[in-house]
Amino acid sequence: MVAPSRVPKPKAINCPNCGGNIELRGFAHTRSAVCVQCCSIIDPTTPELQILQQFDERLRVRPLIPLGTRGKYRGVPYEVIGFQVRSINADGVEYSWHEYLLFNPFKGFRYLTQYDGHWNDVLTVHGLPAFTTMGGRKAVSYNNVSYKHFQNAVARTAFVMGEFPWAVRVGETNTVDDYIAPPYMMSSEQTEGEVNWSFGTYIPGSEIEQSFQLKTKLPSPQGVYANQPSPYQGKVRSSWRTFLLLSAVWAVLLAYFTFSASNKVIFDQSFHFAQAVPGEHSFVTQPFDVPGRGNVEVELSTDLKNNWAYFSLALLREDGSQGFDFGREVSYYSGRDSDGSWSEGKAKDSVVLPRVPAGRYYLRIEPEMDAQASATAALGMTMNYEVTVRRDVPSTWLFWLALPLLLIPPILTGIRSMAFEGRRWSESDYAPSSSSSGDDD
Amino acid sequence: MSGPSSNCPNCGAPIKFAWSSAVQAACPYCQAIIIRRDVNLEAVGTVADLPPDASAIQLMSEGFFDNKHFTVIGRIRYEWEQGNWNEWHLVFNDGTNGWLSDAQADYAVSFAVTPPITFPTPLELNKGQVFQLQGAQFMVTHLTKVRYVGFEGELPFTTTDRSEFMTADLRTMDARFATIDYSETPPLLFMGRYVDIEALKLTGLREFEGW
Repeated sequence: MVAPSRVPKPKAINCPNCGGNIELRGFAHTRSAVCVQCCSIIDPTTPELQILQQFDERLRVRPLIPLGTRGKYRGVPYEVIGFQVRSINADGVEYSWHEYLLFNPFKGFRYLTQYDGHWNDVLTVHGLPAFTTMGGRKAVSYNNVSYKHFQNAVARTAFVMGEFPWAVRVGETNTVDDYIAPPYMMSSEQTEGEVNWSFGTYIPGSEIEQSFQLKTKLPSPQGVYANQPSPYQGKVRSSWRTFLLLSAVWAVLLAYFTFSASNKVIFDQSFHFAQAVPGEHSFVTQPFDVPGRGNVEVELSTDLKNNWAYFSLALLREDGSQGFDFGREVSYYSGRDSDGSWSEGKAKDSVVLPRVPAGRYYLRIEPEMDAQASATAALGMTMNYEVTVRRDVPSTWLFWLALPLLLIPPILTGIRSMAFEGRRWSESDYAPSSSSSGDDD
Repeated sequence: MSGPSSNCPNCGAPIKFAWSSAVQAACPYCQAIIIRRDVNLEAVGTVADLPPDASAIQLMSEGFFDNKHFTVIGRIRYEWEQGNWNEWHLVFNDGTNGWLSDAQADYAVSFAVTPPITFPTPLELNKGQVFQLQGAQFMVTHLTKVRYVGFEGELPFTTTDRSEFMTADLRTMDARFATIDYSETPPLLFMGRYVDIEALKLTGLREFEGW
């Protein structure tokens, strides 16, 4: 094994234009270094320190992570050595993002990009993504992940600071295509027929703050970014899974309540009623036993036809300790007209009294029919009816009410998720309407 | 991994080859370029100083590739329009050799392969063209005019007649690559894959002040 030789710290250079001091951090990798004082781009590999370009000082932008900042990013120490602003022009509006060049002498280069508070960690891709389509749209596939095309744009270098391992120039343009599979993004950059791919991962700004021990808080993200992971990602699916699970529980409970109810007839008797008969119309039935526990259903079946009747009813405990008063109107009409036959109402009805304690009960029944009609009609209004009382009938209406409630969470999550995706894609080449942002041609 | 020893034909210093198949070496004492023809050594000029570079690798660095131990015994330095890179010559403990390229700390290991097909000339080659090599689709992604800068250590061929030549870079979907090297006729073919520096378990690396 050889004794390691030591590479000395790069020496600062003096700007050949303004004489300003330019600190270097990228060792012999650096192919361009920017003088912050006079905005000259210098090639430090040439002995005469050739000036590659001078650009307008008014373009100056302050980086959120100062040059020279060192941090431990994902377990590896990196130093911020370069910063550039790149921009695209969509419908006359300039959108710009920031790119930080990170360097480690053993691990090489890595980028952080920042747009409207959204950060991406970007690495060069060595493999070749395959072009494909997803739902009729352009897409690429890489490492078994498919990425949907998001945007095509011409990116222009608007400002540079620090140093770069290539000859950087303000005003340089290249064609950028972004493909997304949140939180990932594949981007291709084309210059003079050469395509370079990079792989981005969306990262929260807080991770940057921590990694680089920033003293100031980074601006919070605005809007939804191309590869920002949706807070609803996977939640739509899981909320439907929950729904299915709850529905299964629901069905089991429903079956249980249906089949476990005793549904026993405890009273059944037929009566005749004539409105025209004078005197008190109310009467009481024979007492009957209400055993066990649960509800009590009172069913009225009449032979009413094109007529109505009103029943005032009471289920009374024989010892007088308890009583349930209730009433029901039963009406049934039918006929035939130009649209064919019709009917309205039903000749029978029922009432469920929840939780009736066991005991001996009787019914007080007071039927009533159209008194006026009875007065004029020959025989008055009459009907036959049957009263059936059942103990512990299956009561499922609450269950049926619950079913649509169970649907609310998955549907809401679905709507929210769609709204989030809508905001994401509204910034893309595939926005539903509005801007006719430059699609590829 | 001990090769034959001899004396520098220029300065007479004892030369011990680290690799028995080395064809070209630099005399560590007088910087003469020594070329081995059969058993004879011939000095053909002096090596030029290599420009400063920031590679973490150096001669005699050691590491592992696919669990095979290697030692770095030589280097070729190349330049292209937008930068430069090193091809470090590796000798494995089984006597085979390979290359570790380091382009701005982007690392790849490759091996010389006998071309299975006759490649077109650089002028007939286009970006996007696909070749079937070792059962995979390799696409031409870059055509580069390369300039030979210099060498150090031991190499498996001579580089003294090199100056400018074309290379074609080909890639697969799974980060394997091939380089068609037109420095010779017929062209040479190198095939390999990109690697993470940690995976190479390198030792004897250079140190960087401040890091």
